[in-house]
Amino acid sequence: MNWQGWAEIALTLGLAVAIGWPLGVFMSRVWNGERTWLDPVLRPFEAFFYTACGVDPKKSQSWHSYAGALLAFNLVGFLVVYGVLRLQGVLPMNPQGFPGLSGHLAFNTAISFVTNTNWQSYAGESTMSTLSQMLVLTTQNFVSAATGATIAAALARAFVANRGEGVGNFWADLIRTTLYVLLPAAFVLAIVLVALGLPQTLSAGVTAHTLEGADQKISLYAVASQEAIKQLGINGGGIFNANSAHPFENPTPLTNLITAVSINVLGWAAFFAFGRSVLAKKDVRALVIAASILLFAAGAGIYATETQPAPAQVAAGVDASVNMEGKETRFGAPATAAWAAMTTGASNGSVNGMHSSLMPLGGGIAMFLMHLGEILPGGIGSGIAIMVVMAVLAVFVAGLMVGRTPEYLGKKIEAREVQLSILAVLAIPVCVLGFSGVAAVLPEALKGLMHNGPHGLSEILYAYTSGTANNGSAFAGLTANAPWWDVTLAIAMAVGRFAPIVAVLAIAGSLVAKPKLAPSAGTLPTHGGLFVGLLIGVILILGGLQFFPALALGPIVEHFQVLAAVAGH
Amino acid sequence: MTTIETHAGEGRRKASALAGGLSSAVLARAAKDSFVKLDPRKLTGNPVIFATWLVALLSTVSAVAALAAHQPASFAIQVSAWLWATVLFANLAESVAEGRGKAAADSLRATRVTTNAKLIVDEKTGTIIPTPAHKLAPGEVILVEAGDVIPTDGEIIEGMASVNEAAITGESAPVIRESGGDRSAVTGGTTVVSDWIKVRVTAQPGSTFLDRMIAMVEGADRRKTPNEIALAVLLAGLTLIFLIAVVTLLGLGKFSGVTLDPIVLGALFITLIPTTIGGLLSAVGIAGMDRLLKVNVLATSGRAVEAAGDVDTLLLDKTGTITFGNRMATEVIPAPGVRPEAALRAAISASLADETPEGRSIIELGRNQGIVLDIPAGATAIAFSASTRQSGLDADGQSWRKGAVDAVYRSLALDPKQVPAEVSGAVDRIARSGGTPLAVSENGVLVGVIHLKDVVKPGVKERFADLRRMGLRTVMITGDNPVTAAAIASEAGVDDFLAEATPEDKLRLIREEQGKGRLVAMCGDGANDAPALAQADVGVAMQTGAQAAREAGNMVDLDSDPTKVIEIVAVGKQMLITRGALTTFSIANDVAKYFAIIPAMFVASLPALGALNIMRLHSPQSAILSAVIFNALVIVALIPLALKGVKYRAIGAGKLLSRNLLVYGVGGLVAPFIGIKLIDLVVAGLGLA
Repeated sequence: MNWQGWAEIALTLGLAVAIGWPLGVFMSRVWNGERTWLDPVLRPFEAFFYTACGVDPKKSQSWHSYAGALLAFNLVGFLVVYGVLRLQGVLPMNPQGFPGLSGHLAFNTAISFVTNTNWQSYAGESTMSTLSQMLVLTTQNFVSAATGATIAAALARAFVANRGEGVGNFWADLIRTTLYVLLPAAFVLAIVLVALGLPQTLSAGVTAHTLEGADQKISLYAVASQEAIKQLGINGGGIFNANSAHPFENPTPLTNLITAVSINVLGWAAFFAFGRSVLAKKDVRALVIAASILLFAAGAGIYATETQPAPAQVAAGVDASVNMEGKETRFGAPATAAWAAMTTGASNGSVNGMHSSLMPLGGGIAMFLMHLGEILPGGIGSGIAIMVVMAVLAVFVAGLMVGRTPEYLGKKIEAREVQLSILAVLAIPVCVLGFSGVAAVLPEALKGLMHNGPHGLSEILYAYTSGTANNGSAFAGLTANAPWWDVTLAIAMAVGRFAPIVAVLAIAGSLVAKPKLAPSAGTLPTHGGLFVGLLIGVILILGGLQFFPALALGPIVEHFQVLAAVAGH
Repeated sequence: MTTIETHAGEGRRKASALAGGLSSAVLARAAKDSFVKLDPRKLTGNPVIFATWLVALLSTVSAVAALAAHQPASFAIQVSAWLWATVLFANLAESVAEGRGKAAADSLRATRVTTNAKLIVDEKTGTIIPTPAHKLAPGEVILVEAGDVIPTDGEIIEGMASVNEAAITGESAPVIRESGGDRSAVTGGTTVVSDWIKVRVTAQPGSTFLDRMIAMVEGADRRKTPNEIALAVLLAGLTLIFLIAVVTLLGLGKFSGVTLDPIVLGALFITLIPTTIGGLLSAVGIAGMDRLLKVNVLATSGRAVEAAGDVDTLLLDKTGTITFGNRMATEVIPAPGVRPEAALRAAISASLADETPEGRSIIELGRNQGIVLDIPAGATAIAFSASTRQSGLDADGQSWRKGAVDAVYRSLALDPKQVPAEVSGAVDRIARSGGTPLAVSENGVLVGVIHLKDVVKPGVKERFADLRRMGLRTVMITGDNPVTAAAIASEAGVDDFLAEATPEDKLRLIREEQGKGRLVAMCGDGANDAPALAQADVGVAMQTGAQAAREAGNMVDLDSDPTKVIEIVAVGKQMLITRGALTTFSIANDVAKYFAIIPAMFVASLPALGALNIMRLHSPQSAILSAVIFNALVIVALIPLALKGVKYRAIGAGKLLSRNLLVYGVGGLVAPFIGIKLIDLVVAGLGLA
């Protein structure tokens, strides 16, 4: 541990927040249908889509209709991806001649990309054709991210309304977010990444003659453009199996900083956009501060564990001042720690180092960030939406202590909101603990494990955590391309994605009809340091209480075992 | 209040017994009830306690099975016993809370009329048929004479009587009830002391004010309030989450080579679910209603009590609430060349025969400055008349007058322009400040000006400052002109005022406030207040008020004290704070319980987890047992807090939250670490586990 390490982590995290702020203002204008400087270029395209789809963007939908449109759009997206992946072998743009995917793998992959998870049970460079990568998966990289953003836009309208009706138009939100936010941002970032040396080509690849005299086929793709939306859309699914540890995806410390920042930048932007749209900048600033504190603590925690030598290694005389297993030497411990926190704090899931090789507590922290529900800052829109759910629960539990029935951002929190908030956060314990509990005793599932004991349990927990939280990062060691894992993980991803989305939209539907209350001196202040502390406490206690027993059997016990183990034993 | 012991005074005595501590009789009945409530059908409304009941049963079965198989069962028996105790303690909390209401209801029931009412079947002849009270239908007319108990609620259509309403209000001084106006409503169960009245029945049998009061006090038709329902949903959700966390440990544990005892899993589950708040939740609600009853306010629903905590705007009538309602003399300003004391003496002399409150207030002003005068023998009182607009006294050839300034000038033949500037300046100043100037003359010479003003009750300003810190805006409602209203508003420290207010203005103001997203509370007694009372989120009707008002409001103040609404708000807030404090405490407790039970569960198979036993508990079994015991005892320990309520302080939301978070949040984190450790020492010391 040294100060440069701390500074690097702080800088990386801080840059994302700083850039997210102005982008959030822009995103809010897009949500609100206000004019932007991109209008002259993009307005005709936007209008074209509305005409082509027969959508009236001004027609505000009820939450039922909004949620129905969202689910229908995602169902169609799933069917298209599934169909293309199955038929990949007979479709064009397949220079490497890859065959179609198996039923369970196509099912898993289609759900994975539709849910913005990008869990990959396959190695991209040896499975996916250019068509599959560029057209189908990349399309989902954009629209699944935009889908997440729509729920925050709808929720924002619900908070700002005074006895209103509709929560907005799903199609307009989807089209505008894709067109005005994701496409331009990805375009700019892709150009920057090309300039910094990432490949961008449609050719099949090159064949290299290695020093041993063997021929090695090296796949090339349009990496830069894919990389841009992979990070900005908080998708995380790499073209290469090694993801952002691969030198084509992430060649230098500078690309590492840029791509790391871009993991969180639109997640933060959605926080700021929500705050501006709800006219509650101060309150949302408190959410940003709470999330930043937790994220920095997590990054710092991982950095600390990675630079804490294990007693056994010390006793064996090994230089263990930094645990470099599974890390790229060009990045080092601080950059890997920051990335691990940022990718699990958001629902990104790209990695620049192997999480399975983190020290037990470091891996545990990465897992715990996902257990919290992907709110630091989470996916674009989905992160702020679940963060608001956490704020609602915090206000509900402790807010009574000021002697008023709870309210948040001017809306009363009553039985229906509490019920739906519980539903929104229930998906993670149900799927993570439920599937893990079964997989842990199912021989069929255990075949895919590399380890026994606590580390093996961590592999199981991490897989379901990553799937349910729509993160998509993997605890390498688990071979997941098998029917049991493909199917159950797909279910976990779908439940983990759509249960909270429907719950959040239902909350929006309930709140939109309520009167907007004026704050008074008796109203619980939800913008100060006190609320930040309260929110952090509620997030940690709620998350911790659910997962402490499971984590105790995985990373925590492994940690104590590592501490207790001395060389030769 | 007088302390005359009448039949009705007894009702008051019982009511105040209710206000006192817990009698042993109440406790005995509650203890008995808590066993009756072990019937699982009575627990279905409370998922947390029902889950505890179920686990206690399963754990008992498993303990009995172990006994039957001659295996060691001491641990299982002890855990089962404490789980049952947890359910019993939760039941006890509810029973104790209910017990006080039940006792009060019994005393109210005793006042129900059993004798026959005098039903008038023919208005012309006045023919009377004795009819049981419960057969009286609305619209029928009854005769009630001196000594009769009024059989049901109604409206006086003829006559006037003094009525002793102590059975309802506890106030034994009789009040006058007469036909017409706002004093025409009578309540069943009260007694006519003198004269007679004809009453038109207004209440359906079984739904009289007294019936409703009994039901309310007893909690018979107690429904969960919106916030209570929301909280119950949260608690059920947490129970579900912990169920998942505990049940899935079977699989995760097996993978890790840990064998889990079902009793231990059950114990972990029960200690994690929020049994503390789950067990005390209904007691908090009942106690909230009870606290209102103690201040002699009857709420028609718990919902209204909850709404009281949320009130943003308080509409207060000026008269009787903010001011004494009578203009009082505060100073006498002498005319040039007159000594102040002489002017005051003249003012007093002019008022010696004046029995009006204004007149008495001048005598009082003199007494406060050490001047007491008696009416001279043979004095003639000059009464006030509409034409002279002045009054006074003639004695021993001297004359004193006081009256409206222009009237006194006219009788002294003074041209207002010739009046000394000191006097005319004082008159202007008084009028501008909202007061009333009275001119005083002695023997035909102007000697000074009396300043009469509406005096703000002492302490009112401080109370409004408190309210402001609580986040409440106070609006004064008055029929006075804007100038007077503004002067009193600034003196009393209210945030706003509505001058020259009509009932329609009141209603409009309430709607405006509600349109801005504010909750409004008001009190009122007149029939014309009824629409506003119904529109307000919290409408407090005075018991002495019109029947229409009493039905429109959602609370009735038996003392008919308009300032009571402030206490009502505090009671509402206190109830919500208590609920929040117990919830926070309950959830925060779980952290320590994990540190007790998780290492105990796993340490045999995974010794490395012994490091989590940071409390250094004696043994795995003692750790688990101590957590279960702590979990049960904490309910009993918190019953008094649930009943008494967390003290409300008017210090603003931010300070209140940080204070309560510190006590109940941080306290809730720390307390169980200490509590479980102490219990473990005892358990280990006694060799129980």
